Amino acid sequence: MSEETKKNKDALLSVRDLEVVYTSSGAVVHAVNGVSFEIEKGKSLGLVGETGAGKTTIAKTILGVLPDPPAKVLKGEIVFEGRDLLKLSEKEMREVRGKKISMIFQDPMTALNPLISVGDQIAEVVSLHENCSNKEAAQKAMQMLEMVGIPADRYEEFPHQFSGGMKQRVVIAIALACNPELLLADEPTTALDVTIQAQVMDMISELQKKLNTSMILITHDLGVVAESCDTVAVIYAGEIVEYADKEELFLNPQHPYTLGLFGSIPSLTDDVDRLKPIPGLPPNPEDLPEGCSFHPRCPHATEACKKGVVSYVEAAPGHFVLCNHCKDCKKA
Amino acid sequence: MSAAKNVKKQKKNESMMKLTMRRLFRNKTAMLGLTILVVLLLIAILGPLIAPYSDIEQDLMNCYGLPSLQHPFGTDELGRDILSRLIIGSRASLEIGLVSIAGSAVIGIIIGCLAGYFGGTVDNVIMRFMDIFQALPPMVLAIAVCAALGPGVNNCILALIISGVPGFVRMARASVLNIRGMEYLEAATAINCSTARIIAKHILPNALSPLIVQITMGVANSILSASSMSFVGLGVQPPNPEWGAMLSAGRNFIRNYPHMVIFPGVVIMITVLALNMLGDGLRDAMDPKLKD
Amino acid sequence: MANTLIEAKNLKKYFSTPRGMLHAVDDVSFKIEQGTTMGVVGESGCGKSTLGRTMIHLLESTDGKILFKDRDVTKVNKKELIKLREEMQIIFQDPFSSLNPRMSVRETVIEPLLLAKRYSKAEAGQKAEEIMSTVGLDERLWNAYPHELDGGRRQRIGIARAIALDPSFIVCDEPVSALDVSIQAQVLNLLQDLQEQKNLTYMFITHDLSVVRHISQNICVMYLGQLVETSPSKELFKAPLHPYTKALLSAVPSTDIRHKKQRILLQGELVSPVDPKPGCRFAARCNHACERCHEPQKLEEVSPGHFVSCCRVKELN
Repeated sequence: MSEETKKNKDALLSVRDLEVVYTSSGAVVHAVNGVSFEIEKGKSLGLVGETGAGKTTIAKTILGVLPDPPAKVLKGEIVFEGRDLLKLSEKEMREVRGKKISMIFQDPMTALNPLISVGDQIAEVVSLHENCSNKEAAQKAMQMLEMVGIPADRYEEFPHQFSGGMKQRVVIAIALACNPELLLADEPTTALDVTIQAQVMDMISELQKKLNTSMILITHDLGVVAESCDTVAVIYAGEIVEYADKEELFLNPQHPYTLGLFGSIPSLTDDVDRLKPIPGLPPNPEDLPEGCSFHPRCPHATEACKKGVVSYVEAAPGHFVLCNHCKDCKKA
Repeated sequence: MSAAKNVKKQKKNESMMKLTMRRLFRNKTAMLGLTILVVLLLIAILGPLIAPYSDIEQDLMNCYGLPSLQHPFGTDELGRDILSRLIIGSRASLEIGLVSIAGSAVIGIIIGCLAGYFGGTVDNVIMRFMDIFQALPPMVLAIAVCAALGPGVNNCILALIISGVPGFVRMARASVLNIRGMEYLEAATAINCSTARIIAKHILPNALSPLIVQITMGVANSILSASSMSFVGLGVQPPNPEWGAMLSAGRNFIRNYPHMVIFPGVVIMITVLALNMLGDGLRDAMDPKLKD
Repeated sequence: MANTLIEAKNLKKYFSTPRGMLHAVDDVSFKIEQGTTMGVVGESGCGKSTLGRTMIHLLESTDGKILFKDRDVTKVNKKELIKLREEMQIIFQDPFSSLNPRMSVRETVIEPLLLAKRYSKAEAGQKAEEIMSTVGLDERLWNAYPHELDGGRRQRIGIARAIALDPSFIVCDEPVSALDVSIQAQVLNLLQDLQEQKNLTYMFITHDLSVVRHISQNICVMYLGQLVETSPSKELFKAPLHPYTKALLSAVPSTDIRHKKQRILLQGELVSPVDPKPGCRFAARCNHACERCHEPQKLEEVSPGHFVSCCRVKELN
């Protein structure tokens, strides 16, 4: 996205031109290729994309937990509260991590230590980051449990005594225990059932509003995004192909990939005889196509798309599309 | 990710066996191991033809001889040529080592597969039975077998097979349990695969790889166990040579005449190393996930 | 109406566990017409996969009847079972564990043909190639191994294996849940094409309501082993009657941002049906539960083809 249009003084986090690669046995995997976005205080951004699109890598880069090697940040900056996180030392980063930025992982089953009671796990985070006594930390942990809808008298219980949805609540309580400025939620409800997903998503949104936390929600489910994000970025092959406000994106999608995604999801209300899938497969990140990385699967691809650089166009104020044929697609 | 891209052109239609062989032959380490093993086997077969001296004839004038031109590996406490004894002894040692491990691996893996596949009572009965076997010290078990059937190489092998089985049963069972929950077994039932075919075609090939290395490692142990058997007079009967027995006999003289343990030790080490290199290569060659 | 291909009558499947008897499928009855798709929806642990496996004899039923082509096939001998299995197949959820990693695509697809003993080796090879083309596997992939392929292609192999013997009934156990949306649509279309070509009957098990609405003519909703509602799909989505179905439908995140749904939030979570008490198992979480809900419930027909198992259905709707 062009620097001028996107620069925003109020942004809590702004990621600019981020590029991350993985090197494994000689091959270079281009996981993230020049991603820029920003997020304001109290807002939520949805990162939508398929497996291997680079969503989780972006989140891990922001949190500074990418395994290096094999991963390497080639360029870009991640400015959070005026500081570039990529330039911080590990010690400084440790103060940011958990306190200012925290993350919820996909699988609640493996995110908790089975040998420590859930209450103590929350209290541990609190006492690590806040200057307080053990007693105060325990008190705070109880408050957090109540906040995520678990009775405080279950403080002493162990993770195996909780169901999947309850464990995810505990994970969320841990993530929110220090009132972080930014919450990174990586597919927080994918492992849960529909009715439990609804409970958990509603709770996350509610707490996010209440605590005025910003959130980056990573998911493959457009439905989840539609219900809980303000802004949406669609990611394909490590690039943001479309970026807009939620209403704008859902009502007026422009990029052929976004349109393809909508065509692939069966509707809950309309009848269609056959879905219109996107032909082909996602590209191999070791060997990305030249030009627009979507062109081999795109119905509108022309010679121009196969070579040269594709740049962002603004379809509407704040609605950016990475496509040569933005206006064409709409007609098609 | 679209790994299919790696399959650029259509591959020849070759069976898993051929593919394994082709990969194995391209693996230099495995080939080195195989070469050493073939040489050792040749030596064992040609034994008396290539041995410079007799293996049992004593030369009491030349006891404890250090390596020299006449006796490249020196002589032992009775003046017998160590090189010749190693050459002739390779027959008994390799036979005991390879046959006993092959025997216990085959029996152990079959029983382990049955226990793991059927589970429940079958599993319980088999495993408790194996517990009893494992509770007996292998040496005591082997001595009991030899005592009942009489000493000799064949009975020694039998004893080693029996004491080796429980270990393989355990490992094969664990390996099968890992695969037991896989949906391709259910799919196989749904297309009318018989139980025998499911075990042979779907379970065994997938359960085998972790066991191969264990099999090759076992050879060294069984050569050494054979030596303790001969030590208590149940395995190879003196004065016939056997590597493990030579090693334990030389132990008494290790301070003054280290060559008496070094040479048998080195030979055993080379054998095990060769088997390991081959085993590692075989395991990799059998893994379809590794690229060509 | 077309004729019924397969029917479950009071089907039960119990497992004995250390904690007691697990009622995985409890007294379930439904019919599937030839050439149609019956969707089975429910959350994890509701017994939908067990139901699918019991229908095709991968699991022995505890009680009740399965009528296939009007014949009771609940208790069959070994010979009949072999015949029966050629008519009933299954497609699995996980395209990674459903294929033997040491068998190539061709070997996997040819195996059922060889086991059926109806074809010579050459004929089987030819038929396998036809089938692999039918499901859209490129010729260059025929000798590849599963790990070289992506999820969508692996699922195609699973489908090829299932249709190899021309079955009439296929249980699809969450065949698209593990796939990305764009690939998911490709596989759904393939399943529909095959159904049209071969007049297949599907039992489509899934937790994804939008998928089940798209692909099935009729839907069963299960909760903890019980069938709570069954109805033609359109009617179910337009006018769900059982409180659980309503809550389930309202919980699905929708991409339709113009119409905000009123969400019915459920309290509590699923428990496992070990030695359950009689009565409606949803009662513990139901907002409308009353005394009568703890008595055994009956599946009642409220409109043609629409059955509900709830004693308060009339007063609540």
